[in-house]
Amino acid sequence: MSTPSVTTPSRWRALTHHHLFWPVAVLVVLLLVNVPFTPDFFSIKMTDGHLYGSLVSIVLFGSPLILVAVGMTLVIATGGIDLSVGAVVAITGALACSYISDQADQSALSGVLLAMGLGLLAAVVCGLWNGFLVARMGIQPIIATLIIMVAGRGVAQLITDGQIITINSEPYKLIGGGYWLTLPFSIFVVAAVVAVTVVLTRRTALGLLVESVGGNAEASRLVGIRSMRIKIMVYMFCALCAGIAGLMISSNTSAADGNNAGLWIELDAILAVVIGGTSLLGGRFSIGGTVVGALVIQTLTTTIYTIGVPTQTNLVFKAAVVIVVCLLQSPKFRAKVFGAKFGAGSGTKGSAKPATAPADTAPATEAAPKMEVS
Amino acid sequence: MSATTQSPTAPDSRTPSKAARLLGDRRLPVAATALLFLVMYGVGLGRYQYYGFAEPQVFLNLFIDNGYLLVAAVGVTFVILSGGIDLSVGSVIGFTTMFTAWLVERQGLPIVVVIPMALAVGAFGGFLMGYVIHNFEIQPFIVTLAGLFLFRGLCLVISKESISIGDSSVSSMAQAQVPLGVGFLSIGAIVALVVLALAFYVLHYTRFGRRVYAIGGNEQSALLMGLPQGGTKIAVYTVSGFCSALAGLLFTLYIQSGDPLHATGMELDAIAAVVIGGTLLTGGSGYVLGTLFGVLVLGLIKSIIQFEGTLSSWWTKIATGVLLCAFILIQRFMTTRKKT
Amino acid sequence: MAEPRPVLEMTGIVKEFPGVRALSDVDFRLFPGEIHALMGENGAGKSTLIKVLTGVYSLDGGTITLDGRSVRFGSPLQAQHAGISTVYQEVNLCPNLSVAENIFIGREPTRMGRIQWKRMRKEAAELVDRLGLDIDVTAPLSSYPLAVQQLVAIVRSVGTGDSDGEGSGTKVLVLDEPTSSLDRDEVQELFRLMRRLKDEGVAILFVSHFLDQIYEICDRMTVLRNGTLVGEHMVGDLDQVGLIQLMIGKALDQLEELHDHQLHSDVGETLVKAEGLGRTGGIAPFDLEIKKGEVLGLAGLLGSGRTELARLLFGADQPDSGKATIGGKQVSLSAPNDAIGAGVAFCSENRKTEGLVPDLTVRENIILALQAARGWTRPIPVSQRDELVAKYIKALDIRPANPEARVGQLSGGNQQKVLLARWLITQPKLLILDEPTRGIDVGAKAEIQKLVVSLSEDGMSVLYIAAELEEVLRLSHTIGVLRDRRLVAQITNGPEITTSRIMETIASGEHQ
Repeated sequence: MSTPSVTTPSRWRALTHHHLFWPVAVLVVLLLVNVPFTPDFFSIKMTDGHLYGSLVSIVLFGSPLILVAVGMTLVIATGGIDLSVGAVVAITGALACSYISDQADQSALSGVLLAMGLGLLAAVVCGLWNGFLVARMGIQPIIATLIIMVAGRGVAQLITDGQIITINSEPYKLIGGGYWLTLPFSIFVVAAVVAVTVVLTRRTALGLLVESVGGNAEASRLVGIRSMRIKIMVYMFCALCAGIAGLMISSNTSAADGNNAGLWIELDAILAVVIGGTSLLGGRFSIGGTVVGALVIQTLTTTIYTIGVPTQTNLVFKAAVVIVVCLLQSPKFRAKVFGAKFGAGSGTKGSAKPATAPADTAPATEAAPKMEVS
Repeated sequence: MSATTQSPTAPDSRTPSKAARLLGDRRLPVAATALLFLVMYGVGLGRYQYYGFAEPQVFLNLFIDNGYLLVAAVGVTFVILSGGIDLSVGSVIGFTTMFTAWLVERQGLPIVVVIPMALAVGAFGGFLMGYVIHNFEIQPFIVTLAGLFLFRGLCLVISKESISIGDSSVSSMAQAQVPLGVGFLSIGAIVALVVLALAFYVLHYTRFGRRVYAIGGNEQSALLMGLPQGGTKIAVYTVSGFCSALAGLLFTLYIQSGDPLHATGMELDAIAAVVIGGTLLTGGSGYVLGTLFGVLVLGLIKSIIQFEGTLSSWWTKIATGVLLCAFILIQRFMTTRKKT
Repeated sequence: MAEPRPVLEMTGIVKEFPGVRALSDVDFRLFPGEIHALMGENGAGKSTLIKVLTGVYSLDGGTITLDGRSVRFGSPLQAQHAGISTVYQEVNLCPNLSVAENIFIGREPTRMGRIQWKRMRKEAAELVDRLGLDIDVTAPLSSYPLAVQQLVAIVRSVGTGDSDGEGSGTKVLVLDEPTSSLDRDEVQELFRLMRRLKDEGVAILFVSHFLDQIYEICDRMTVLRNGTLVGEHMVGDLDQVGLIQLMIGKALDQLEELHDHQLHSDVGETLVKAEGLGRTGGIAPFDLEIKKGEVLGLAGLLGSGRTELARLLFGADQPDSGKATIGGKQVSLSAPNDAIGAGVAFCSENRKTEGLVPDLTVRENIILALQAARGWTRPIPVSQRDELVAKYIKALDIRPANPEARVGQLSGGNQQKVLLARWLITQPKLLILDEPTRGIDVGAKAEIQKLVVSLSEDGMSVLYIAAELEEVLRLSHTIGVLRDRRLVAQITNGPEITTSRIMETIASGEHQ
């Protein structure tokens, strides 16, 4: 970086080393794959005062996933995982829709707001329960959240009485299916949630403390961080995000389906977080990365559809993506495939970048290799 | 000169007291589940005896209706005992139903040829997952999640539509009844019980079985004790894959069709059955016999809800969740008590 | 009298790690039927030597001869088959399995692939019986206390090769700190077992930090220092003071003149007062007073309870007896938060596992403690934060002086400074430094010591733990001496106090 001749490569390196580089690159490639098949892929048309186009629909259809994945990011950053989000999506939608369907005037704004509040409250209670089991009782996150994953769908069906409740409520329709300022309203909801999350984590110290708890739990205890509170809070926030996604999904279809709403969304969300560069082991997280990761998943679905591959292969592709991303994150795999150069030293938390050579700052630090000698 | 100054531990700490040993006994959770089953069965008898609940066949039907779940849960028991988890079970079952139906109906292969093929595919899938988990040190959760996607995707690749099986040998196999004096069992139920017995033998009377427990108890120690921990891990996932495929075959017999959406979420039922059966999710402790009771309890919940008539099917899920929660909390208290 | 042939002989052992020569030209021998202590302070190379012997590390030079044959082990398993078994401090068994299984797993007696449980239990019971232990082999291992589990681990290791003929019987048993968490009766039980094995002709290599135990059980000892051999002695020929001198590496009279420093005398009223504070398995109840502006140094060998004492004062471990007051107020010390709230800061000796969050940047690591105290809702304002971080990076000369650098990539000395900065920012009343100079270069070492002096001059109390006695003596107003998990003396520093006096206190367990 000291001599001018190396500026270009070092700039390039700085770029490729940015934590968003690989997720964005994958997204761009996926988007470009569409162009030969759908030449007007990137065009956006204005019809009836609404914007239409593939890009808009990717964001629109991807909205619930982005929401859930953003909440999941924080949970994963603390070293946890939340399997119950799909069930929470179903419960929230079911509760809101069944409340609205009981109203005389389904379009009354106060009723709709109350319904949404009720749904979100239920979601937060689910999150509180998960957080309590994980942080207070010390149960492994996978197991603790499995309970609501199993029982939650039953509860959702209980609320809807096993039916698919359809409603006819204009204000409720807005969140998931409405338009505002020519764009789908859900895009604004997503933008708001992402913005709030970023502010909440980066403008306060929450993000730092979350990363610290996930990065080194014992050190965090010794530094006086009250990790129990933070974990409970994060699970509640994750459930809240899932709740909003639940409202969005039920609003989009004007119906609540206790059985199928949000099915497998937890798996997609975890995948989005991993693609976005947040390690499943906890620690450093990236909300931006997660958003890109969720968009990658949605674009993959869209792409498979547009290039004419039978849609049913979608899941096979997804499996391939999971495997490739995880293998690239595995230090052992990197060591075996790319040789010791990339494997060594990156035994710390993996990042989505396949080959982040750890050597970039090391020489500057007079680093004496540390060995345990005694 | 003074050496250590801590007070000597209480004299009884050496030989654990009877009560402590009873409470610490690993068979206790299994007994609790068995008791729960009996109580539920008793309640069922009391409430519905005039609706035919007392018929021995109602009891035998638990095996007939849940044989496939038992086989899948046995496979999951191996994985959980070793300290891992397998999310791909439901998808492998679904895939096996599709694969079998497709080969039998669309390709006209005889079922006797298809069965070993299906089992081999399932076992190979499990082997691959185990291989990746062990060799690249990726969390089992994620690897088997990929397996879940992959096999469900392969289902859909075979066909989006459900394929019903009209093959006569299949239907005669499905309808075969094995008389048992007071009632009868299906071939599926018999196979499930054989698998259970085999699993019991393997887990308790072979070195492989004991290695599964050792790895689940403390993987690091198992390695230092010189046990081939990698091979065992891979084998465990292979067993689970094999059991899932076998469960898929039984499910095909039971339902006589292949459907890409068959058995979605069945991994949750299997995991729940294992946990309710008293196996620690952290690994190393539990009995395959407990899994049997776990499956029976889940099956009984379904039967009771059917007999009740007014209760809807989703109560099954809620009851499963509540039981799961109760057992997880009990496990938690048992393990913390042991540590202190 | 001609010495018998050693069962194990290691000559000219060399082991190198990148940048470090952990063992250079070390000789070691072990005779059948003896208990041999391997002594040395932190970094002396004890563990490395053991790991080379047991096949965990490969050899860079030298030869190992076992029973007259030259050997080289690629793995602990190979070593075990050759007759070298190791039992570590942590019990490496499976607590969920029965005692009998733990003894036999991997070599269970089988017939046609079927495990013969009855035979296995019988053989295990016989083995346990033969070694004079009273253990029910059918009970799960976890139902026994750690001490018994340790004994079972030894039984397993000496039982190797009994059933399958895979191994050749244990010739050498390595016990790496088996006693560190045992109480006195349990230690005696272990010693009984060791003596019995010794009588059976097994050569035992014993590592322990408890001097009394060494003198009680061992026949011979080898002392290492800085990766080199210092000497091999019969236990009867070397008294405890002599041993400590060998381990620490200075003869008593050589040390006298090093003691020529001036301590500030501006020590105020009592800040911390502990009465009967203790924790079973950690440290025996102790009384301690630390005054404002005082540096209290803790001297004692590795494993003598220095760290345990510090952790109790910080609430990192919960005390099970006694009470503590800080600044006149009683503090519960049930969690670090209590101590932090009362103005205590603790820099752990394990920087990596208990100190830093390696993924976070220098800046984030520095502000972590202050931020934790403020809570997540009140972030430190950016300008104030950057100013603080810049100030401490400069004051402590942290390199690279880049607050964005990931802490995991810094050198040991700089990581230590980051940790110091983290706590200094909170302006603690009592700063606990556990081995702050371990594993860092000489320059950084001196800087940190200077810093301690100036902090205490500014009125901060410091609890200073270091392995080097000179370091403790140079900095401390009062020296707490620990031995075998007990605070045995508190000595006011003065011209007449020398490292030799401290050593004598450590060796004898009392202060004259």
